[in-house]
Amino acid sequence: MTYAAKNLTTGGRELIAFRVGGQEYCVNIMAVREIRGWTPATAMPHAPNYMLGVINLRGAVLPIIDFSARLGMKPAEPTVRHVIIVAQVKSQVVGLLVDAVSDILTVSDADIQPTPDIASDFERSFARGVLAVEGRMICLVELDSVFPQEEREAA
Amino acid sequence: MDMNEIKEIFFQECEEQLAELESGLLKLNDGDRDPETVNAVFRAVHSIKGGAGAFGLDDLVSFAHVFETTLDCVRSNRLEPNQDVLKVMLKSADVLADLTNAARDGGSVDEVRSRQLIKELEALANGELPQTAVAEPVAKQAPAATPVPAPAPAAAVNEEGFQPVAFSFDDFEASEPPAIEPTTFEVLFRPKSELYAKGNDATLLLRDLSRLGEMSIHCDMDELPALGSMNPEAAYFAWKISLKTDKGEDAIRSVFEFAEWDCELDVTLAGGDHAGAGDELPMQPVPFDLSLLDEEVPASTGAADDDEQLATQQRAVRDEAVSAAATASNVLQMAKAARTPAESTRSAASASAAQAAAQQAAASAATPTIRVDLDRVDRLINLVGELVINQAMLSQSVIENDTNGTSSINMGLEELQQLTREIQDSVMAIRAQPVKPVFQRMSRIVREIADMTGKSVRLVTEGENTEVDKTVIDKLAEPLTHMIRNAVDHGLETPEKRVAAGKNPEGTVRLTAKHRSGRIVIELADDGAGINREKVRQKAIDNDLIAADANLSDEEIDNLIFHAGFSTADKISDISGRGVGMDVVKRSIQALGGRINISSKPGQGSVFTMSLPLTLAVLDGMVVTVANQTLVVPLTAIVETLQPEASAIHSFGAAQRLISIRNSFCPLVDVGRILNFRAIQANPVEGVALLVESEGGGQRALMVDAIQGQRQVVIKSLEANYTHVPGIAAATILGDGRVALILDVDAIVGASRGHSLKPEMSLAAAG
Repeated sequence: MTYAAKNLTTGGRELIAFRVGGQEYCVNIMAVREIRGWTPATAMPHAPNYMLGVINLRGAVLPIIDFSARLGMKPAEPTVRHVIIVAQVKSQVVGLLVDAVSDILTVSDADIQPTPDIASDFERSFARGVLAVEGRMICLVELDSVFPQEEREAA
Repeated sequence: MDMNEIKEIFFQECEEQLAELESGLLKLNDGDRDPETVNAVFRAVHSIKGGAGAFGLDDLVSFAHVFETTLDCVRSNRLEPNQDVLKVMLKSADVLADLTNAARDGGSVDEVRSRQLIKELEALANGELPQTAVAEPVAKQAPAATPVPAPAPAAAVNEEGFQPVAFSFDDFEASEPPAIEPTTFEVLFRPKSELYAKGNDATLLLRDLSRLGEMSIHCDMDELPALGSMNPEAAYFAWKISLKTDKGEDAIRSVFEFAEWDCELDVTLAGGDHAGAGDELPMQPVPFDLSLLDEEVPASTGAADDDEQLATQQRAVRDEAVSAAATASNVLQMAKAARTPAESTRSAASASAAQAAAQQAAASAATPTIRVDLDRVDRLINLVGELVINQAMLSQSVIENDTNGTSSINMGLEELQQLTREIQDSVMAIRAQPVKPVFQRMSRIVREIADMTGKSVRLVTEGENTEVDKTVIDKLAEPLTHMIRNAVDHGLETPEKRVAAGKNPEGTVRLTAKHRSGRIVIELADDGAGINREKVRQKAIDNDLIAADANLSDEEIDNLIFHAGFSTADKISDISGRGVGMDVVKRSIQALGGRINISSKPGQGSVFTMSLPLTLAVLDGMVVTVANQTLVVPLTAIVETLQPEASAIHSFGAAQRLISIRNSFCPLVDVGRILNFRAIQANPVEGVALLVESEGGGQRALMVDAIQGQRQVVIKSLEANYTHVPGIAAATILGDGRVALILDVDAIVGASRGHSLKPEMSLAAAG
């Protein structure tokens, strides 16, 4: 059972919204361990382009995913203003590089609309649904699928 | 402390008792008939029974009770612990372990098996099984033992639960002084430095000894240190003397009368069971060259002043060397002679075995131990790891900010560094444990598989006291179990086939552990048929692993069995072919930072060699720069470093480059290129070459841009949050807080042989 499925049964939940390349996304707050500033990462050999590398998180090695590049958008050029969302995905802890964290939303399941038909399979694989908040559209992200399948294999 | 905690302690103790039980039974199985071993086995079962009774574990109690009853028969010499009896007992020990585990974890036990064993045990206790034959030899020996001069103390000992060993003293009486026939004695003479300090001369004593009879002598120079570390006042030599004399032991001892406090002296009877056995020994004593001694010993005894004394000692050392040289030819004969008496005098051998066991017991009793939660130790190790990183950070910032090098700060830092290292070593030592428990578990697996396959197998273990980190031990059990199953099921032939091939029907599986250059090497060897290369090759072709006309070396064919889904078994048996293949073994060894190699000889068996790191926590590394990345190369892999000169670089074909080192050519590997950090090869002349040697053999020169220094690094798992990266063994955190990757030298070398790093990743992901 994923963290999302767990919370679906309980009704209301809190989400953290963040901005990436002018768009807004959100993830379940229960999966988020901490939010921290950008520090230079150590590059990994043979890594996909969205894998920025690894950083030291109090003694643990934390892989950083460029969320923008992961969605097939323009890769981020990390600056000190970028933030890393440290999230727990199954047994692993990963960092998600985003432009900025914008909001904490409290929503009920009824507020989550199904992902519109228009999205391609690729985008749909990340999205759990969309939210309409004050005229903005925020996409609820499935963290499990942000981290690609074969990379979790070894864990 | 609540009931559960007490129970937990009981189960922990049970584990120790079970280990004791198994090792005791195995000792008995190897022919050790020491009553103390039997007692230890009995005690182990007895204490499990006692504890189990207190906790109301009825199944365990009733089984232990039957087991204990049968063991008591052995203890009181009513049942001879022969191979058949021990087979039942070893199985019973397995069931006892199962019952204990079931009592703890709530699992179930194979009841049919335990009931069957209860029956067998009871039958043994009642002397019903034909092979038991109610201990005839013991019964025969017992009356022989009774007329021994001192029966009273023996009986007293008996009441305390000890068994008298049937031991005939006739041998000794016959060889005592009045004997006319010459007897061969083994004399071990090891002078202490005091002997020389008091002006005695070993050579004179040896000369006196030689007058007693025919003598051959072997100088034991094992203690002799290198010349540089030799202390001129110390005594390093010992002599093993084989003396055939009709004068008796007292005469020998009287030679050493004046020196007995200043030397170790051991006089034993070397002959067989009766006097004159020396005649039958295959040894041919070489006459001792007396003239040599006379020549070398000027009357220098009685030296008074210090200088003279020193001179005497020096001369003594020289004399020792001379006599050693004179007797070098005797060594072989001595070795032979030493073996023969050991075989012929059973009782003497078992007596010395008992002595050794007692010493061992005393040694283990002398070091008190405590039981600690592994979590606590892990926490401590993590903290020390952080301490090491912090210390490195501190050193780095001091070096960066310190302009003139304030000596007090530097000295303090140096001391801190030393202390940190010491703390780290000590903490690591806490986790270090002998591999014995895993090896012991394997003996059970061998027994079970041997039973299932109807093969007769002997497991020989060596170096089971080799220490290695607990996590390594824990993770070793699974691949080792699988390999042992394979060795017995696939490796060894059936007894009939073995006999047909002219081999001992009983197969041998040898499990060895030893330390080698900072790693632990575990070897699993069987004397079976070896890998059937034709079959492996055919299978690989069938599975599209290799082309039908592929030209593979024997080694390459052997290594094919590590591929996923590869099994040479014709049919899937209960033992193997459960979908777990050697590929899983290889992967779990690799996950431990280890490597595995096979060497196989048709008809003679296969050897699997695993090389594993001693600890998963720290390693000594060389910090290098490659394409602006900081990498760590394990120091154990590096043979030497060199600055390549343009004249030493040779191009080979389109892309290969070789470097000539002392007239041999070694392939150059650009680390930055192979890890995909840069698109084109760097100019070797601008970098540094690290000459590395891989486990699979073969040297490579790894090209890096620069060397930053040597450092002990704390290994951080990459897999925990990321994934296995080909070519990278793990990660670490440097002084500046950044992550650096630790190079997997063997993978890099493997990759440079033409297999790219990439496909292996997809293979691993697919499997």
